[in-house]
Amino acid sequence: MASALINVPPKAKRGEIIAIKTLISHQMETGFRHSETGVPIPRDIVTHFVASYNGEEIFSAQLFPAIAANPFITFYTIATVSGTIEFKWTGDNGFVATEQAKIIVE
Amino acid sequence: MHQPQRNSNRLATRRDTLRGALAAGAALPILSLHRATATPADMRAAIANVIGDVKLNVGRVKIEIPPLVENGNTVPCTVSVESPMTTEDYVKAIHVFNEKNPQPNVISARLGPRTGRASIATRIRLTDSQTVVAIGEMADGSFWSDSVSVIITLGACLENLI
Amino acid sequence: MRNGAFNGSHRSPGRVFCLSLTTTTIIAAFLVTTIPVVTRDIPPDKRKSTYEQMSADTRAMQDEDTANPGMLWVLEGHAAWRAKVGTTGRSCADCHGDAPNAMNGVAARYPAFDSKRGAPVDLETRINICRTEHQQAPALAFESKELLALTAYIGRQSRGMAIESADARLEPFITAGRAIFERRQGQLNLACTHCHDDNWGQKLAGIPVPQGHPTGYPLYRLEWQTLGSLQRRLRNCLIGIRAEIYPYGAPEYVALETFLMWRARGMPMETPGVRP
Repeated sequence: MASALINVPPKAKRGEIIAIKTLISHQMETGFRHSETGVPIPRDIVTHFVASYNGEEIFSAQLFPAIAANPFITFYTIATVSGTIEFKWTGDNGFVATEQAKIIVE
Repeated sequence: MHQPQRNSNRLATRRDTLRGALAAGAALPILSLHRATATPADMRAAIANVIGDVKLNVGRVKIEIPPLVENGNTVPCTVSVESPMTTEDYVKAIHVFNEKNPQPNVISARLGPRTGRASIATRIRLTDSQTVVAIGEMADGSFWSDSVSVIITLGACLENLI
Repeated sequence: MRNGAFNGSHRSPGRVFCLSLTTTTIIAAFLVTTIPVVTRDIPPDKRKSTYEQMSADTRAMQDEDTANPGMLWVLEGHAAWRAKVGTTGRSCADCHGDAPNAMNGVAARYPAFDSKRGAPVDLETRINICRTEHQQAPALAFESKELLALTAYIGRQSRGMAIESADARLEPFITAGRAIFERRQGQLNLACTHCHDDNWGQKLAGIPVPQGHPTGYPLYRLEWQTLGSLQRRLRNCLIGIRAEIYPYGAPEYVALETFLMWRARGMPMETPGVRP
């Protein structure tokens, strides 16, 4: 599975707005490039990203070829209760990657 | 500071020339071919596709993007929307568009009352100096926007993919 | 005429594909009027990593581990270090132990002299020597994901540490590397030193010329949108000045790298770096 780097604060206060940073390894081949002999290189990108907090979706995004390789996405959410934040990336050619982080909310 | 504006024609020249000049030399597995780019009309069509036939207000949205970019392959871009982010008044989505890449869409993010702060940051690709537009879709059905001009410079010694 | 700045076919010898005619003329004029070009080493206290010339955004990308794309390879390298490979079924960890201990400071003193070979080897070659001789596993290809992951992981263990170049046995190779650095070559008839010693900090087509210290390798180059080795960057440089590139693994690269590390001695390692 592709490598991913997640930055979720390990602890937060209830109601605190926290920043979550995600970085996934993926070439994001645009589909607009051609080989030297003119053969088009097919698109191969991450198309969707979803983050869930204890099973409930808190953020999602649809990605296009204009997103740079190794997609980096930062978003915010409110720390509600302790639990697990899950991340899932899906894309062309059946690409799937998941990652999770635990958070303690006091 | 000298900020050369590289227009599309010059980019095509360099890359076409590279391809020809190096055909006999090192075999390059992949080479970018400069295709027809999107136009501002394509971007407007893509925006209309997302927001429908609704008024697009200017304001409340702020794009942070370096005005002069070292490399168009990876451009940091942050979009923030002013909003209390309560259950009644929140940003439903943020959409980003560009003017000159082969495709006008960049990212569409779905937010909600749990988001806390309506702000996303990512890294985008920009083929050429152009305008980037960000739209905030509000829970009340209104749309707000910001647009910025970005200058993309290229290094003096154009790299090949080897 | 595709580009108004040029005359003649794109194959003509004088054709510069990476610099406009204006820029070439400016460089040529500069070089002609300052004959002879005396190559001077940059005084040690004036040396700067390219990091200092980057925009704040690019620097931020390097500084934060969870924002640095190079760290994705470090993550893979962390796993590769523990993977059992080859007919021996041994991992790097089986012989060396934990990388943060065993590899601390190692990348900062590579290329290192190999007594058996009587010459320095770079880190990539050292890893392949280990693989083939001690793990009985096939060597990893240059620029392959696996080799980059391992060099990034090992390099990361030297982050912040001063580059070391104190082995007297490296001296003939440093001299050989310096000769390459100072030799005019290619269609532009330029030597590395002309830009990176004599004109660093000045702008070429809007971009500041770096001093060219290898403090961050392997690094994530925005141009490549991937991690790459110093050899890859040197090859790009050679193409940039329209000189012939040596094949991967050529002793010329090792000599150059040995010289560049000596030239950067004392500067802190930044691996994995991020560069435009």
